[in-house]
Amino acid sequence: MTVDATSQPRGAGDSILRDPKVRAVFFQILVIVLFLAFVFYVGNNAAVNLEKRGIASGFGFLSQPAGFGIGIVLLVDYNAQVSTHSDVLLIGVINTMAVATSGIVLATILGFVFGVLRLSNNWIVNKIAMVYIEIVRNIPLLVQLLFWYFAVLSVLPRVKQSINFGDTLFINNRGVSFPSIVPESGFMFVVLAFFAGILGCIFLAKWAHKRQDRTGEQFPVFLTSLGIIVGLPIVASFVLGNPMHLEYSALKGFNFQGGWILEPEFLALLIGLSIYTGAFIAEIVRAGINAVSHGQTEAAGSLGLPSGITMRLVILPQALRVIIPPLTSQYLNLLKNSSLATAIGYADITAIFAGTTLNQTGQAIEVIAITMAFYLSLSLSISMFMNWYNKRIALVER
Amino acid sequence: MAIVKTERHPEMPPPVTQTGVIGWLRQNLFSNWLSSVLTIVAIYIAWQAMSSLISYSFINANFVGATKEDCTGTGACWVFIKARFGQNMYGFYPEDERWRVNIGYVLGAVGLFLVLSDTMKSKKLPAIFLFVIYPVICFVLFSGSFGLEVVETSEWGGLFLTLVLASVSIFVALPLGIVLALGRRSEMPVVRMICVGFIELVRGVPLISVLFMASVMLPLFMPEGVHFDKLVRALVGMSLFSAAYMAEVVRGGLQAIPKGQMEAANSLGLGYWQSMGLIILPQALKISIPAIVNTFIGLFKDTTLVSIVGLLDLLSVVKAGTTDKNWLGLATEAYVFVAAMFWVFCFGMSRYSIWLENKLHTGHKR
Repeated sequence: MTVDATSQPRGAGDSILRDPKVRAVFFQILVIVLFLAFVFYVGNNAAVNLEKRGIASGFGFLSQPAGFGIGIVLLVDYNAQVSTHSDVLLIGVINTMAVATSGIVLATILGFVFGVLRLSNNWIVNKIAMVYIEIVRNIPLLVQLLFWYFAVLSVLPRVKQSINFGDTLFINNRGVSFPSIVPESGFMFVVLAFFAGILGCIFLAKWAHKRQDRTGEQFPVFLTSLGIIVGLPIVASFVLGNPMHLEYSALKGFNFQGGWILEPEFLALLIGLSIYTGAFIAEIVRAGINAVSHGQTEAAGSLGLPSGITMRLVILPQALRVIIPPLTSQYLNLLKNSSLATAIGYADITAIFAGTTLNQTGQAIEVIAITMAFYLSLSLSISMFMNWYNKRIALVER
Repeated sequence: MAIVKTERHPEMPPPVTQTGVIGWLRQNLFSNWLSSVLTIVAIYIAWQAMSSLISYSFINANFVGATKEDCTGTGACWVFIKARFGQNMYGFYPEDERWRVNIGYVLGAVGLFLVLSDTMKSKKLPAIFLFVIYPVICFVLFSGSFGLEVVETSEWGGLFLTLVLASVSIFVALPLGIVLALGRRSEMPVVRMICVGFIELVRGVPLISVLFMASVMLPLFMPEGVHFDKLVRALVGMSLFSAAYMAEVVRGGLQAIPKGQMEAANSLGLGYWQSMGLIILPQALKISIPAIVNTFIGLFKDTTLVSIVGLLDLLSVVKAGTTDKNWLGLATEAYVFVAAMFWVFCFGMSRYSIWLENKLHTGHKR
């Protein structure tokens, strides 16, 4: 196939059929024809079957009222009678994003902590991390999710016998309730102060970096940033006279009212996903740190850097280059695995849109296509972001 | 007069604090104060976890009896698992016919052992048996023909169904994945585009949506009168899904083969399929075996997802048991049992993959 035979004059015995280029063109045309024939055949069958079963096609169903209740609704108003299937889609998307984002954050923390513990010189700490990784990685995620949901969270005490932490935090089989912050007028400024603090810290870090390049003096960027990000909103809040109050959850009737409640479905999915993905990330982190040659540690040591700084400034930046690509695929796995929500009744896009909406409308092709398009585009955006980050930290070679 | 010592001074024993148990302890558990604190915390956590786990699953557990009332201890009620063991293993496969499944297991185990271990010099015969003859035997044995009683696939279940799903999927996915990987590296743009499109599409969506698609849309795509049963639909979904992942694994192996190999094959006058089949693929597959085993572990764990589209695999049979009104409130036992079963299989496979990696790793090691 890589042989370029066309440059030579064709011998008397060689027919045009033996020319690799001709054969390639012929073969490709054949593939296209077969592919189109397959698509046409399948499409034709689908059209006939749909007509026979009396299933409408097109995306008209999105504006029809959904007519079913949804367990967990965030950010949007949902009313089973009025809201349409497109609202269902939106809620599914929001719920998936909510659990995937928090899962990614938690799994990354867990993974890095256990990955470093797995490399610890301390024998027992090392072995505990190993046991966690080896147990969790070898058990299907679905089993773990069902375990957390049915064997842990469902057998918590009933609402009346909630585990009570100082009347602020309640744990029962309907979830975890804790006080919420209720904004009053002027709360906007506190939020603004928070974002201003973050912006200020970015500039501060840049300035400190420049100053260190110029004079060699270091500036305690981390502590100052922490002070600014936490301090600024507090100061703003005091100046404006605390434009918010806490709303405590309280037992009213059969359930807790007020405050924030984390439902057991969400908790089970979040715990399961983060523990499962965390184990994989731990192995990735371990492999990444191991990939940095031992000479780097020794060189840092001979320069007199303490072990913490060696880790932060010498080992981790090099390890990250190895860690980032597999880490990206773990993030993508976590996103895709969040679709297992459907097994424990968390209202993500697969459960309510590819599940309930599909069953109600019967429009399998459209519903599955939308669901797949959602996951595909989210996967692509995560990998684009991680590729950008990877390029930023990649080794710059001449 | 010079004081010169003529004989060697006897060697002193190494300091007690540096060798033996104490030295090991000092080095590995109490090297500095942070490590010491960690050690104590870790020992406490490990002790708590181990003691409660052992007392739950062994000391206080119940092993004898036939009903839930026999579970009087505070620990696990393994009677529940024991009572439903046949169903957990074979689903609703008729009890009198279960010997057929067992024969299939034995033949499969023998074939696998001969192919995977080093006992046989030439692996040609066992490989032909395992990949050509064995599937036919299994098909005849399990579904029933030639005088054997027919057992519908809807009666298959439990661990048996899980193993069938995993092995058939890998059996289809591996060749399909090789073809896709070759297509992805092809120099024909049309072939490459179709393969890349398929691989990236499948890898970008969750298995669950592929299974939904297979179970809901496959019947729509078939002409009138063609009917697939549930198991075949799930198998199609699982196989296509794992083929895409397998393709990427094989592509990794293909990329690791230096270009000179292909050029050498070409210069010997071998055509594309000859050089692929005789030169490139044997090398590429050999180095990707550990990764293939890892993909297979993932596939094996993913078989649990078929419970969502209504097949009675190990997980869903055991889960169904928890809603049996005679055995309510035993969710923990049920899921711990399933988890342990899967763990044994997956951990075994991962050890095998590590062993293989070491065997194939003939380069320098530090």
